[in-house]
Amino acid sequence: MTFTFFFQNVVNALQWGSFYALIALGYAMVYSILMLFNFAHGDIFMVGSYIGFGVATGLLYLVTSGFIPLPHWLVLVLTIVISMFLTSFVGVIVERIGYRPLRNAPRASAAITGLMIGIILETGNLALLGARRLNFPSLIMSRTYEIGGVFVTNKKILVVLVSIGLMLALDQFVRKTKWGMAMRAMSYDFVVVPLMGVSIDVIAPLTFAIGSGLAAAGGVLYGIAYPILDPYMGILIGWKAFVAAILGGRGSIMGAALAGFLLGFIEIFVAMIFPSTLRDLIAFSIVLAILTFRPYGFFGKPYSAKLRL
Amino acid sequence: MPLLQVKNMTHFFSGLRAVHNYNLVIEPGEIHGLIGPNGAGKTTIFNLITGVYTPTEGEIYLEGESIVGMQPHEIASRGLGRTFQNMKLWRHMTVLEHVMMAHYSKLTYGLVGAFFGTAKRYREEAEIEKHSMELLDLLGVAQFADQNVLNLPYGVQRKVEMARALAVQPKILFLDEPTVGMTPEELVGMMEVFRTIHREFGPAIFLIEHRMKVVMELCEQIQTLNFGEVIAEGTPEEIQRNPKVIEAYLGKEEVE
Repeated sequence: MTFTFFFQNVVNALQWGSFYALIALGYAMVYSILMLFNFAHGDIFMVGSYIGFGVATGLLYLVTSGFIPLPHWLVLVLTIVISMFLTSFVGVIVERIGYRPLRNAPRASAAITGLMIGIILETGNLALLGARRLNFPSLIMSRTYEIGGVFVTNKKILVVLVSIGLMLALDQFVRKTKWGMAMRAMSYDFVVVPLMGVSIDVIAPLTFAIGSGLAAAGGVLYGIAYPILDPYMGILIGWKAFVAAILGGRGSIMGAALAGFLLGFIEIFVAMIFPSTLRDLIAFSIVLAILTFRPYGFFGKPYSAKLRL
Repeated sequence: MPLLQVKNMTHFFSGLRAVHNYNLVIEPGEIHGLIGPNGAGKTTIFNLITGVYTPTEGEIYLEGESIVGMQPHEIASRGLGRTFQNMKLWRHMTVLEHVMMAHYSKLTYGLVGAFFGTAKRYREEAEIEKHSMELLDLLGVAQFADQNVLNLPYGVQRKVEMARALAVQPKILFLDEPTVGMTPEELVGMMEVFRTIHREFGPAIFLIEHRMKVVMELCEQIQTLNFGEVIAEGTPEEIQRNPKVIEAYLGKEEVE
């Protein structure tokens, strides 16, 4: 194994880790507040990718037909921002229709709600757009740079930088703003926080919105890097991101992001050593072993009961 | 007009009568105590008045307005602050963050401000941070502002909780066993805090307490509760002499 080969894989791992981390954040945020995993989240990633497809196609049409002359980089930025914005409403709708009526229902009911919403999103997409795969429009010209023998494409750089930028923004949001403080406080209790004038009916949809927006960013970036979209694209990547969220520690937001990157590294480096058909088998055996020794994940707290009256 | 008035409140928990025919009048600035053995229904009464439960029967008025059936946050926003028996602090958040969070409803900046950091946001946050620090200073815990509440001594945590409850500027403050588990020194410090709060902000206080020293020294009016019913009511002296109170706490002499 040469030095350059190693770093080549680091770049790939960072890219995959970015996808996992962006999606895992949504799982972790929703869990920290509602104590349940939104199993439709992988499909929200898929919806985000499709919305990105629509936005990108629309913007490119406007540009090529000469309606609005936009530079290429702006089309890219707008695609990401508008897709995040629109997909966040999908998250709000999922919360409103799927989770809010079940807020006091048994946890298992709320959990399968997510699975059902996921199936509805997948099959709804099939019904709407048909079974054909879509090609994500190319928003940037692919360029490859060579840095000391390591080949890096501009797409990979874009994926990693946008992801890390969004995570830092989220961290600031959660730590500094009143909404973020309310989210953190609400992750500890449902009793005192409302007395401060904070409503769960505001914070829960906001959490879904932000999580869905991040998943949409992941979806658009994924579409840029791997431009084939199909209605089931969110399932496996969603499950893996879910594993990352658990690995990071249930409800720990930044833990989920770091574990997303860790999972990317584990997968890529397993594939580097073993045949790629064994990748998931070995990678997830490693994850299982980690959880055996750290059952609460890396940043999880060894208690989960939320204060209620 | 009394600040808080409860008339003939009765509450059942699926057949079990937890509170029976409870009446209460608290005037502005008054300190009122509620004592009684464990399981007598004291915290239930708190939960009924603060809107956590809706009473099966009865009326509750805050400044003349009926608050029966309102959500806890609606009642809180009308000037009812509260602390809890088990404090319910937000682990892993700092002392200052606790008090700033309590100012949530005073922060009016929206999501745009949150994401892009408008001048309004920074101005509002600076004001609230200042106000929070003043409050912590008053309670003598300002030096812990940047510390995680988890790492602080119990007495300090209690004061943080008190500061959080005061941040919403309540007209009446409900304190549920605020000195439980305190050492005698902490107890004296806490009573000093009560006096400071009362002097500086003048809220009425409704206090559940087991430590007789606290109740007898602070309260003007005391109710004794047993099996959900008020068995004695009056000034500290009257309560201390009341045979029913002694019986409720110690049992009848024959039994001993």
